Amino acid sequence: MVTAPFFAALARLIPPQRLLQRPEQLAPYESDALTAFRARPAAVVLVESQQEVIDVVRLCHEHGVPFVARGSGTSLSGGSLPLADGIVIALNRLNRILQLDPRQRIAVVEPGVINLDVTKAAAPYGLYYAPDPSSQLICTIGGNVAFNSGGAHCLKYGMTSNHVLGIKAVLPDGEVVEMGGPSLENVGPDLHGFFVGSEGLFGIALEITLRLLPKPESYRTVLAAYASLEAAGDAVAQVVASGLLPGAMEIMDHLAIQAAEAAVHAGYPQDAAALLIVELEGEQIQVDAEFQQLMQVIQASGATEIRVAHDEAERARIWKGRKGAFSAVGRLSPDYIVQDGVVPRSRLGQALAQIEKLSQAYGLRVANVFHAGDGNLHPLILFNGREPGALERAEALAGEILRMCIELGGSITGEHGVGMEKRQYMPEMFNETDMAVMHQVRRRVDPKELANRGKMLPGMAPHPQPIQTQEVMVQP
Amino acid sequence: MKTPTMDASVQRLRPTTVEEVQEAVGRHPRIKPVGNGSKRALARPGPGETVLELGGLAQILEYEPAEYTFTALAGTPVATIQAALAEHGQYLPFDPPLAEQGATLGGTVAAGLSGSGRYRYGGVRDFLLGVRFVDGQGRLVRGGGKVVKNAAGFDFPKLMVGSLGRLGVLVEVSFKVFPRPPAYATLVVPRPSLEDALETLARVATAPLDVEALDLVPGEQPQQQATLHLRLGGLPEVMAARADRLREFVGGGELYQGEEDAALWRQVAGFQWAPADHTVVKIPVTPTTIPALEERLASVNAPRRYAVGGHLAWLAWPGPLTQLDRWLAELGLGGLAILGSAEPVELGVRRGLPFLRRIQEALDPEKRFSTTERT
Repeated sequence: MVTAPFFAALARLIPPQRLLQRPEQLAPYESDALTAFRARPAAVVLVESQQEVIDVVRLCHEHGVPFVARGSGTSLSGGSLPLADGIVIALNRLNRILQLDPRQRIAVVEPGVINLDVTKAAAPYGLYYAPDPSSQLICTIGGNVAFNSGGAHCLKYGMTSNHVLGIKAVLPDGEVVEMGGPSLENVGPDLHGFFVGSEGLFGIALEITLRLLPKPESYRTVLAAYASLEAAGDAVAQVVASGLLPGAMEIMDHLAIQAAEAAVHAGYPQDAAALLIVELEGEQIQVDAEFQQLMQVIQASGATEIRVAHDEAERARIWKGRKGAFSAVGRLSPDYIVQDGVVPRSRLGQALAQIEKLSQAYGLRVANVFHAGDGNLHPLILFNGREPGALERAEALAGEILRMCIELGGSITGEHGVGMEKRQYMPEMFNETDMAVMHQVRRRVDPKELANRGKMLPGMAPHPQPIQTQEVMVQP
Repeated sequence: MKTPTMDASVQRLRPTTVEEVQEAVGRHPRIKPVGNGSKRALARPGPGETVLELGGLAQILEYEPAEYTFTALAGTPVATIQAALAEHGQYLPFDPPLAEQGATLGGTVAAGLSGSGRYRYGGVRDFLLGVRFVDGQGRLVRGGGKVVKNAAGFDFPKLMVGSLGRLGVLVEVSFKVFPRPPAYATLVVPRPSLEDALETLARVATAPLDVEALDLVPGEQPQQQATLHLRLGGLPEVMAARADRLREFVGGGELYQGEEDAALWRQVAGFQWAPADHTVVKIPVTPTTIPALEERLASVNAPRRYAVGGHLAWLAWPGPLTQLDRWLAELGLGGLAILGSAEPVELGVRRGLPFLRRIQEALDPEKRFSTTERT
């Protein structure tokens, strides 16, 4: 509990202008990009140094106060939803790139650094940071680490954890630990890998060593339209079977196409039932040769229309529609929930058919945007929050989609994390023993369960009451 | 469960089912899990340890080429997997070492070993999707999943990488795989000195060249000729053009193709370059730390190879490891002995111990697996 002695001690650590306690100061921290859920924290601390984070965490441990670390608040799973009896440690000001070494191909950054800023800093050396969640303009590396964020390029390059080489973190009782290092290789258990994706339950990352890659020399981007989702899905299977390894393969359904087109005028064929975007990248000579192969596959795949980006501007336009699709869906509906389940790639068609059935059964429209190469679905469930019971129905539909993903051998989350939103489905994906072991590990690392209490593991914190909201604008 | 009699003083169990593994863990206070023992330095039991040989748990459970994934029992030989994948033009891009010497999937994960190919797409940590393991209380635990993208739950697969069997006995693993490039070629480039070779290596590493492997073989002394090995993979019709371009970029070199290329890298993966009586040690480094390490090594005749763009040193060390342990600690580096008989197997700096100890207390509170661990 937050007590007067705790506040007094906190005020000794943090100057008043960075210790927010008034309701109007706390309001922006009540929720993250999952705006259907809100809770007002007791205080928000705007930390400016690693030592301040350590001091505040130690104080929380001493007084038994739960804390939530937060960056830009773009979590779509409620990962940075605060607790009413806890504090928020806001890390945005911890945003220095401490080291950028092209010879070692690494960047050492603080958790509040914006994802895209790493790539910007690396660009003069011909390098870039590969993980690119759609929110990369605004999301922070600390949040990416907490949720093992993904993006459009995971098939070839993997998720965030594949690009984190080392982490210095403060554990929930204030002990500071360094894991991994600047090398691509490691000896001993991969502790930094284990820390990534732990959704803040193991403490707060203070310094993160990222792997940088040389920027691909050449891209070839193809947009293909199909008369059915199934045909687009089959095309993905054919690309894979041909032995190509594209950097990205994305599919959008009719509703998502319309939304994207209305929002950003990407020039997408609007009558298509599904669009497939395939992008090859690498050495120009190689990519040109692979492109010939890709075009043969696409031409034989029954596409109704094929467009090839001839320059960077055309390529950017294709991607703009895809990357803006989520927020564009806000134009079609006052509210929506985005889900993030994964199915084996060969079950994509089956999964989409099932989603369509559920959509009809629940009387709610569902737009689909997904990372087809990874089997990572993003059904956007549209509803009107002002309609009584609509949110609950949307949530129930979302839950059925998650159960379907588990049944098909997939996962309840590909890149958004479990957070507060999906924790109740964890026991359906993992059995009792798995869950017990996760709880035990958590409790050994954080005996008081203070670090991001109530996320990922069901059981500890009460399920917050949903609050109906106005238009949701998110950039997942 | 058979009990082979290889060494009368050591009890060896060879379970053939997951239940037998659980039973063995329940019954024996000190357990040393091993695969087929190809990483000899890591396979030796400590005092009072019962050796649990997982080589009997060998089976591919699921392999869907279109999914780019497979699941197999942990004792499955890497070579068996490689053969199955090759039938569908697929592979494990990280070049698991010692495959021809019998390395198992579980052993590769537990030892945390990747080969030269990890340069391009990542190491064993990056391709492991899911695990099932038996923890110190005999419980069968699942972590991760079987799909190529998954962010649910704690990442136990990562935790098992490099764990040396001290956090649990791996019984099942799921991996991501990739389409294998249909053609390869390797450019072997001599450089006049280590400094010059490192300079070239840095230029290649930051250039938009899709190099599969980038290894550096130093001369005995830093002033002697060093050699870079640059491997390209891709479509055969453009291989010659790409090789020409690479040759121009690095300033010369001899091209190995086909069986010559394959033989070159087979030697590397099997450590054939390391004398049999030496201890092969893995040392994570970076191109920046190589000169300091080389300076120390100049007084020792220790064959070595820097793989993965200068991020991984393989060192064949001639005698007891005390001196090397001290040097690595002074340089802030860690090391792991994988071949040979020297003690200890872990050298130099170890990081993250306060976090590791807490995890061990949760997964193996009775310390069945970590009885000989150096603290």
